[in-house]
Amino acid sequence: MTTQLLDLRKVRKAFGGNVVLRDVDLAVAPHRVAVLIGASGSGKSTLLRCVNLLETVDDGVILLDGEDITDPRVRADRVRRRIGMVFQAFNLFPHLSVLDNITLAPRKAHGVDRRTAEEQARELLGRFGLADKASEYPDRLSGGQQQRVAIVRALATKPRLMLLDEVTSALDPELVTEVLAVIRQLKQDGMTMVIATHEMGFAREVADEVCFLDGGAVLERAAPERLFGDPQEPRTRQFLRRVTESGRAG
Amino acid sequence: MRSARSPAKPAGEDDYVPSARQRERERIRRRTATRSALIAAASTVVLGTIIWVVVTRSPGWPRVQESFFDWGYAKRSFPSILAGLWLNIRVMLVCEVVILAFGLVVAGCRTLRGPVFFPLRLLAAAYTDLFRGLPLILVILLLGLGVPGLRLRGLPDSIVFYGGAALVLTYSAYVAEVFRAGIDSVHPSQRAAARSLGLSSGQAMRYVVLPQAVRRVVPPLLNDLVSLQKDSGLISVLGAIDAVRAAGIETATSFNFTPFVVAGALFVLLTIPLARFTDWLGRRTERRRGLGGAV
Repeated sequence: MTTQLLDLRKVRKAFGGNVVLRDVDLAVAPHRVAVLIGASGSGKSTLLRCVNLLETVDDGVILLDGEDITDPRVRADRVRRRIGMVFQAFNLFPHLSVLDNITLAPRKAHGVDRRTAEEQARELLGRFGLADKASEYPDRLSGGQQQRVAIVRALATKPRLMLLDEVTSALDPELVTEVLAVIRQLKQDGMTMVIATHEMGFAREVADEVCFLDGGAVLERAAPERLFGDPQEPRTRQFLRRVTESGRAG
Repeated sequence: MRSARSPAKPAGEDDYVPSARQRERERIRRRTATRSALIAAASTVVLGTIIWVVVTRSPGWPRVQESFFDWGYAKRSFPSILAGLWLNIRVMLVCEVVILAFGLVVAGCRTLRGPVFFPLRLLAAAYTDLFRGLPLILVILLLGLGVPGLRLRGLPDSIVFYGGAALVLTYSAYVAEVFRAGIDSVHPSQRAAARSLGLSSGQAMRYVVLPQAVRRVVPPLLNDLVSLQKDSGLISVLGAIDAVRAAGIETATSFNFTPFVVAGALFVLLTIPLARFTDWLGRRTERRRGLGGAV
């Protein structure tokens, strides 16, 4: 069991009377990519936020590297330092330059000195085609560039696991491509990821396992060829058909 | 209409010549701007004349002019009022620094989480409630007349100190609320992003939330400081010889009220630089972040 990097068992989360996650099980082995699909409100974002301890689970266990991170005695900051998270709305810090956005966490939370942090940041920016943006402010960047910076910012703390929460949903179609290219590169580098997305074509391409969430429960879990090619549940078939009709299957 | 529009000649190297339509547009814009300026000037002159005529034709004007706008008294009282104003300036400078620091601390206390900080939170909330409710003049009187009576050791016995302390206590309560509003206005997603990177809640506050909050509340903060500058005149009720008190002394010897008008004019002059600085700061922030545009 401990070979899993991330392991969710019977996780439950409710906001008031609204149950958002019910008995969710999910396991991700190192260097594997799990993709969460499902309609808006199916619980994808909440699941990611629970893993990053931005929400407290109401029941069940989440294990990171075999450690129970849902134990209330666990220091949340120390867990989050091992996880990188990227948000739908980028959430870059508008008062800081790109370089400062990226080096803030390594310097303040990981105790890296400024010179080393900036060297590493510039190297990462170079790798993702953003070398000339280091001293820009977020407001001056396109959506695609902002999201790539946000990914670099999450990578700068050398996380064990990356959580991507619908990172292309706020982008124009032509900007989606550049962000997906970055994620593809991360997969090649062997990064373990949990990705919530509406891009079905991309999900199929990059996933080792796809989970279809419906009403807060994992309704179907399978390899991408199987889940997209031969879905077992009627709800899954219905969802995929609707998405194909809206032209997002890519 | 401002003439801030960029000229038609572009910076590029292509030999672009503005089209007839564009030249026509610019001609219209120039004409509109000229006309606006003329209308503004004319309406100012008309309104000014009306006020002047109404005031100077009023039956009591000669008496009012004599007792409030007497050039001779103004000149005679000016040096002592100016000397008094120097006290106001020193009080407001020291108080401004202390108020900004103390206000930020109080606002910080109110946003602390965790059970250990409960008494601090409670204290900060009680403090802001109390001192926003108490009239400033009462705080000055109670502090200036009451506390020295305690004969505590180590506290200075100057009335200026107690007047300043009253200003600090009252204004810090307002400034703390301004800071808190700024902190609350930073979207929770910013804190989430900071925490998701592994920053502690204190670090998220210090490096992510506060810098954005402070930038946002600079205009209302400076507004409070302008208000403080004039309220520094209230320490005169304790007997400190500031500009207001100095004017009062001059008036008492002559029964002419011109010194008060002089003091008032000086206070206004004193606050104008800060008001213009506020405007300039706002424009600069806007320019820096490349926002704005045609609207």
